[in-house]
Amino acid sequence: MKKVLSILLVLIMTLSLFGCGSAATSGNPKEIKIGVVSPISGQSAIAGEYIKNGIELIADQLAKDGGLDVKGTKIPVKFLYEDNEAKPDATANVFRKLIDQDKVIAIVGPDMSKCILAGGPIAQASKIPAIGTFTTNEKVTQIGDFLFRACFIDPFQGKVMAQYAADTIGAKTAAILYNNADDYSKGLMENFKKAFEEKGGKVVEAQAYGGADVKDFNAQLTKIKAANPEVLFMPNQFGEVPLQMKQARQMGITAQFLGGDSWDSPDVPNIAGVDIVEGSAFDAAFSPDDPSPICKDFVKRYKDKYGKNPNSNAVLAYEAAMVVLEGIKNAETLDGQGVRDAMAKIENLEVPSGTITFDANRNPVKGAVVNVYKGGVPSYVTTINPN
Amino acid sequence: MTTILQLTMYGLQLGSIYALIALGYTMVYGIIGLINFAHGDFLMVGAFIVFFLVQALGGGHIPYILVAAVIIIGMVLTGLLGVATERIAYKPLRKKPRLSALITAIGVSMFLENFPRALPFIGPAPRPFPELFPMRDFNIGGVGTNSVQLLMIAFSIILMIGLHYITTRTKVGSQMRAVQFDKDAAALMGINVNNVISITFFIGAALAAAGGVFYSSIYPMIDVYMGIWLGTKAFVAAVLGGIGDIRGAMIGGFIMGVAEVLATAVNSDLGYGAGFVILILILLFKPAGIMGKFTIEKV
Repeated sequence: MKKVLSILLVLIMTLSLFGCGSAATSGNPKEIKIGVVSPISGQSAIAGEYIKNGIELIADQLAKDGGLDVKGTKIPVKFLYEDNEAKPDATANVFRKLIDQDKVIAIVGPDMSKCILAGGPIAQASKIPAIGTFTTNEKVTQIGDFLFRACFIDPFQGKVMAQYAADTIGAKTAAILYNNADDYSKGLMENFKKAFEEKGGKVVEAQAYGGADVKDFNAQLTKIKAANPEVLFMPNQFGEVPLQMKQARQMGITAQFLGGDSWDSPDVPNIAGVDIVEGSAFDAAFSPDDPSPICKDFVKRYKDKYGKNPNSNAVLAYEAAMVVLEGIKNAETLDGQGVRDAMAKIENLEVPSGTITFDANRNPVKGAVVNVYKGGVPSYVTTINPN
Repeated sequence: MTTILQLTMYGLQLGSIYALIALGYTMVYGIIGLINFAHGDFLMVGAFIVFFLVQALGGGHIPYILVAAVIIIGMVLTGLLGVATERIAYKPLRKKPRLSALITAIGVSMFLENFPRALPFIGPAPRPFPELFPMRDFNIGGVGTNSVQLLMIAFSIILMIGLHYITTRTKVGSQMRAVQFDKDAAALMGINVNNVISITFFIGAALAAAGGVFYSSIYPMIDVYMGIWLGTKAFVAAVLGGIGDIRGAMIGGFIMGVAEVLATAVNSDLGYGAGFVILILILLFKPAGIMGKFTIEKV
């Protein structure tokens, strides 16, 4: 029995080798493979779910159209999902797998700066374009000319919130609680501090904690309370923020909470409690209340399929996939280099959160919205544009 | 001065949780010499069972008599899960090299984290944990605290004393200690070793469930991965105190909690590692931990 089984397995493996060979040698690709890297398991698995939902919307559309229209021929597109567990080392592994084994033409994702910083150099070396969805850290596209992103960059976000704190609220003192094991959090902290102090404000206390799994912030908050700031900036992941807010209010800190686009999840008011998040402000790539038709259509399709509003993770994954598809459509040669060149030339591509034009560093030029929690729901306050 | 007292208060609160979970590690290690890496995940399971029971009762505030019942049911169910885990995963490997059992424990841990995550009604999303105990703020000489913190510290100490009583004063306890000393000789004396090990796992997992509920009451957010970090910290606490020794686990837990909070207050960038630094220092001078005994061959 075992022998028969093993012979069968060998046969199957050999056959599959033939399968690979024939697909690779044919001149006209029967299908286009695009890798999608996101945290399907692990602590950011919810983000991974939103990303997959966003991509599936595009996949559905493509399936309905019978494939992607590349210069007159319809080619089916296949999205290959890989799990990076929100970890840099796992990201590097799946990048290698997607490029070496699956022979993808481009990679969408992952959503975290620290992860794409590990996987990006592999894509760069193999000349496969990779577009991060939520990778707001400046360094991401500095890896090389095959790296793109679908979101704005950290300095801009830190600046947006500093501008909001100083100009809109009129705050003079601020404190920061940030995760020093997270490039995103650190990046926003540094840029907020710089921009806030340029505006004449003072950062009275900056306290760190060492990772997403820390749940006790009492020591840090005790010091922040002593400094008595007007606003408390917490540019941390949405799984971490609710407990920070709760502990801060419990301790009697009355400062207004400010955060970055990572707060953009219904779980924040859900877990922290509606009255605790009331009045807290954060910036985001997109607001489902945006009245533009393409955004309305996207939100409607998303809601019809999944029964809830999309968040920034879903929108940015959707837009990143749009950028890749646009690149494939306009590519002179259907390979990594050709798609990259076409992606870099994209101008005024209409996407749900606005329009995408890439600058010389392959960062999209687009604005940010500021939302404030009212009754547990983020409500759109203002849009702050890059300058 | 008040600040130091205040920070110590926070440290004790954190430490009481570490201690409670460290007890489970230490008990299992003491008796079968296995480091049960799935222990932190029993804690998560306990918290989730209580979460769902409270939801089934309508959620929000429920009468205190029901709170007690719900916690006890959670502890019993988690205890049974502990027994089942031992029977299915660890018992077949009892005579195999220790490394096999250790790797299996890691496997069980991953299973317990990722199986619930794959279930649609649990999933990866963090959830708010209901308020089970009355929340009232106190201020004692400038040191702020609240009823939940005090209750948790008190409950933890009661459970630890109870466990100490069971192991030192009861028949089951003396059987446990006999098995710990020499499994084969204990069997020859008519002790049912399998039963004793099952009871050990039951108590360990039930304590973890209680720890999970207490922890979630203070830090009211639960998700399927909450056990990993806590499990690691509690494991360090157990080693620090001398793994295999119940008093050591308690002392280790409190030292870890207070040290971590105080160190974080001094320098928040380094605080997270404070517990580990203390661990290294203590192991340098007392390789068996604070309460650990030097034994050539640990049984």
